[in-house]
Amino acid sequence: MTEHIVVVGGGTGGTVLANRLAEKLGPEIERGDARVTLVSDDPDHVYKPTFLYVPFGKKTVEDAKRPLSDLVDRAVDIEIDRVTGIDTDGKRLSLRDGGSMAYDQLALALGAQLVPEELPGLAEGGHHFYGPDGADALRDEMAEFTEGHLVLSVIGTPHMCPAAPVEFVMMADAWFRERGLREDVEITYTYPIQRAHAIQNVADWASEAFEERDINVETFFNADEVDPEDGVLHSMEGKELDYDLLVGIPPHKGSDLVTEAGLGDDGWADVDKHTLESDHAEDVYVLGDLADVPTSKAGSVAHYEAGAVADRIASRTRGQTPTATYDGKTVCFIESGMDEATFVEFEYGSTPTVREPSKPVHWAKLGYNESYWLTARGLL
Amino acid sequence: MSETEHEPDVTVDSRGATCPGPLMDLIGKVKESDPGTVIELQTSDDGSKSDVPEWLDEAGHDLLEVVDHDDYWSMYVETN
Repeated sequence: MTEHIVVVGGGTGGTVLANRLAEKLGPEIERGDARVTLVSDDPDHVYKPTFLYVPFGKKTVEDAKRPLSDLVDRAVDIEIDRVTGIDTDGKRLSLRDGGSMAYDQLALALGAQLVPEELPGLAEGGHHFYGPDGADALRDEMAEFTEGHLVLSVIGTPHMCPAAPVEFVMMADAWFRERGLREDVEITYTYPIQRAHAIQNVADWASEAFEERDINVETFFNADEVDPEDGVLHSMEGKELDYDLLVGIPPHKGSDLVTEAGLGDDGWADVDKHTLESDHAEDVYVLGDLADVPTSKAGSVAHYEAGAVADRIASRTRGQTPTATYDGKTVCFIESGMDEATFVEFEYGSTPTVREPSKPVHWAKLGYNESYWLTARGLL
Repeated sequence: MSETEHEPDVTVDSRGATCPGPLMDLIGKVKESDPGTVIELQTSDDGSKSDVPEWLDEAGHDLLEVVDHDDYWSMYVETN
């Protein structure tokens, strides 16, 4: 009897997991005791952190993509199709292009979806750098933007890459300075809660850096409407901000598949934060942005979670008791300009320290972005 | 179990979530609620006791009562 392990999603979580499974279960796959299938509706793997650099002309959206077939171990079957339903009792997936697929163990790594349409006026009036089209459009706007008020508003929470909005305004500040335009460009950053970032130490560090760089901060600002005609951003707290260029971090959502399959009632999957096993179904794991765990929606989280899930699935496949767990490890590089960066590292329940930004950390971030392709292959 | 006179129209269970999860859950619910809605926010995060009232004050909604259960708090909020 062959144990069929199905991984759904071709992002960081799904790709690293599939490769780790191929490595850990090599002999079992060879003998025909196990089979690993990666299902994705996109033949390309997309490394989203690349998009942060696109508005500044430092990278292109093409730099973010590689074919899954180049990244995934040959021992893994790749199925390009879209999962349209999950039956956790019958242990079977429905597929868009017809048919269904049975599984013995299932891992969902579907990511988060952008839903700018949830905020009236945002799709028409705002820009973002969280997807290829948005990043390209923002690049064109930034290239033409020589004076006026640039407002970055964190609208959706939770959102992917929690450091990216802070990075964007610091990079924009440095970029406009380099080009001799900073005096004509006002920059404002808004955040929904009472400080500049969810993590206290990042908020303290960012607030000081914003003050030094003349970046305005509005806290307790929860955007509830964009007026694209007059260029005004309205908040639930009754504030108004006039903008000339609005960068809005869009609302995010999980997956309807999760809700329909009873794996979570709001689109994010309920899991044990250490084992990543579903609270609601047997032999179902959820990792990456889709899993509702108390840490960031970040690539590093998906990467480390994939290691734990691969261990657990491999143990189960061999009839052993799984012992590997995920401790909440999160690592985020934070660009603090165009040529310096810092990073934070933390686990569940711990508070990160923000180190003094430096050029070597900026180079390390750029270097890591290149070597990321080794991470996706399961090698790093 | 403590008693309260407030009958919530909707309950937001944010127990187990850490700051700013409960506050963001509450803000999301307030956003989709009509004025006069009574929301019970259940939170086990100690920080909620300060950041929730601070936001309510900023946004102009009322904190009706905080009920201390053994391992979480119920914060009763009325939207304006």
